[in-house]
Amino acid sequence: MKKKGLKEFKTFPQSTINEIQRAAKEGIYQIRGLGAKRKVPDFDDLVFLGASMSRYPLEGYREKCNTSVVLGDRFAKKPLKLDIPITIAGMSFGALGANAKDALGRGASSMGTSTTTGDGGMTKEERGSSKYLVYQLLPSRYGMNPDDLRKADAIEVVVGQGAKPGGGGMLLGQKINKRVAGMRTLPEGIDQRSACRHPDWTGPDDLEIKIQELREITNWEKPIYIKVGAARSYYDTALAVKAGADVVVLDGMQGGTAATQDVFIEHVGIPTLGALREAVDALKELNMHRKVQLIVSGGIRTGADVAKALAMGADAVSIGSAAMMALNCNADLYRKDYEKLGTEPGYCHHCHTGRCPVGVATQDPKLEKRLDPKEGGRQLKNYLTTLTLELQTLARANGKSDVRNLEPEDLVALTVEAAAMARVPLAGTNWIPGFKEKD
Amino acid sequence: MNFDLSKKKLTDINKYLQNIDRKSNVRKFKIENPSGHHAICAGLKDDIDVTINGHTGYYCAGMNQKASVTVHGNVGTGVAENMMSGNVFVKGNASQSAGATGHGGNLVIDGDASSRCGISMKGINIIVKGSVGHMSAFMAQKGNLIIFGDADEDLGDSIYEAKIFVKGKVKSLGADCVEKKMDDKSINELRKIFKDLNISENPKNFKRYGSARKLYNFKIDNAGAY
Repeated sequence: MKKKGLKEFKTFPQSTINEIQRAAKEGIYQIRGLGAKRKVPDFDDLVFLGASMSRYPLEGYREKCNTSVVLGDRFAKKPLKLDIPITIAGMSFGALGANAKDALGRGASSMGTSTTTGDGGMTKEERGSSKYLVYQLLPSRYGMNPDDLRKADAIEVVVGQGAKPGGGGMLLGQKINKRVAGMRTLPEGIDQRSACRHPDWTGPDDLEIKIQELREITNWEKPIYIKVGAARSYYDTALAVKAGADVVVLDGMQGGTAATQDVFIEHVGIPTLGALREAVDALKELNMHRKVQLIVSGGIRTGADVAKALAMGADAVSIGSAAMMALNCNADLYRKDYEKLGTEPGYCHHCHTGRCPVGVATQDPKLEKRLDPKEGGRQLKNYLTTLTLELQTLARANGKSDVRNLEPEDLVALTVEAAAMARVPLAGTNWIPGFKEKD
Repeated sequence: MNFDLSKKKLTDINKYLQNIDRKSNVRKFKIENPSGHHAICAGLKDDIDVTINGHTGYYCAGMNQKASVTVHGNVGTGVAENMMSGNVFVKGNASQSAGATGHGGNLVIDGDASSRCGISMKGINIIVKGSVGHMSAFMAQKGNLIIFGDADEDLGDSIYEAKIFVKGKVKSLGADCVEKKMDDKSINELRKIFKDLNISENPKNFKRYGSARKLYNFKIDNAGAY
């Protein structure tokens, strides 16, 4: 308990002092999992206006409100037709255990939506339990093979990740067991640091050719996504369209990771809010909005977040950290095991250790047993159902019979920063900082 | 059976070659006028023999399984990238990232290969009868990169368990790559590869390089190695 009258250094709060002293002791940067812990402008800084004299609401419990979405119909012969605009983000087998991957597949499939592989290839468990499975093509190409490419329902070329734009994946030795090592063609127990650049292309012109190859191998059937970390989102989105993407996946800085440097998570990339607006600008300028679909991820937690992302112009969202939390990540269970890691429920970011107390981000058979894939799948289904109901509630309140009819005009901002980033007026004003109507 | 890429669409040719009628006895094919097209013979998955007469663009024979593809010309970036099995023979030179991430099979390049040859290779055998460019076998995980000529800077940087054999000169080795003893096991492995591919070379003329395994785990004392 802090004594009365003591004044903390604003520049050097206790957490900063602790980190300086840890660095002085160990001489190496901090590695951790999950996403940014700093406060950034986010969807909480926006509110919907709802219906009023000039807008007509739909009956909240009775009138239909469509949630389905088609992804990838620009070039692919077989686009994905999802029942809800909420997908499960790429998370590797290796970072997560097989039970967690299985549970994600079960939950997503029961809601008619997709899940995504990760760095390390496709497991039979997740293919088996996933009605729609997106197969990632990452710089490492761990586990990449043409048979799995053909088994996939869509292909996601990963250029970057919101938690670490410009960085490759990382999986520390304690999680590289025999099966993970085998899938990645690596020795057991090494600290696996994936490449940050693709091995056989170096820019958007090359990527266009790479995508042509992927389409040739899969008979032009599979939608091709390009995933970028939120950085220069306007240009990255435009270049992804130019390279031939069917779908752009934009991952904001609040997005999670299995492991990377804390300095990377907290100091590289931009918040989802600003990135999303830039990406929509690019699509609209190219007359590609709704033709190339936009999936946004990074800090999506509630149906309100989903609704606000769609109102700003996204076609769908993707959830990673929240999906893990639906499987009990950071739940108040097995408290002693959190303590052994030096943390507690609500604060844990120790995915990198492989000692996940709730059996989600681990390869330890004993810990993994704590997650029953069937029960986990049911929890994820419940969570996705809740998000969908919240999304529909907000859409109806704004008079929309389709969630994708939500629009920026339905939103206002509560802070100047959010108003500028999202380019919606500050509540109670018609002021959008930094924006002037064209003459 | 012959295909003419100046008359038939690439996608139609690839689709035909990817879906061979197993009842048919036709297993040999020729592609004329490749004219630098990309992704020629990408995604083949049957035990067939394809000859390409001319130069190809990027990703020729990409992700090949079982097929034997011979290119009478030069090839662009990423020839036989992520190959799983089969054979790819290049009678000319190869651009960068030849055999990148290949899991299996043999890639034989009669000429030179540019930079990053064998990058992140995962089990493929790559034989380059000429020289290779810089950063070849970067992060190479498994398989053999066999170079008859010289290797440019940073050969085998951050290499894992792949083996590199060089007959000529090595300009420099990358991080964690060291020269290793050319032991009997390695000589016999090389001899078998040469025999299988009808290559007349004496394995004893090669030097072997591989991982020092000092960077496999984070150790702060090794931070300066990069």
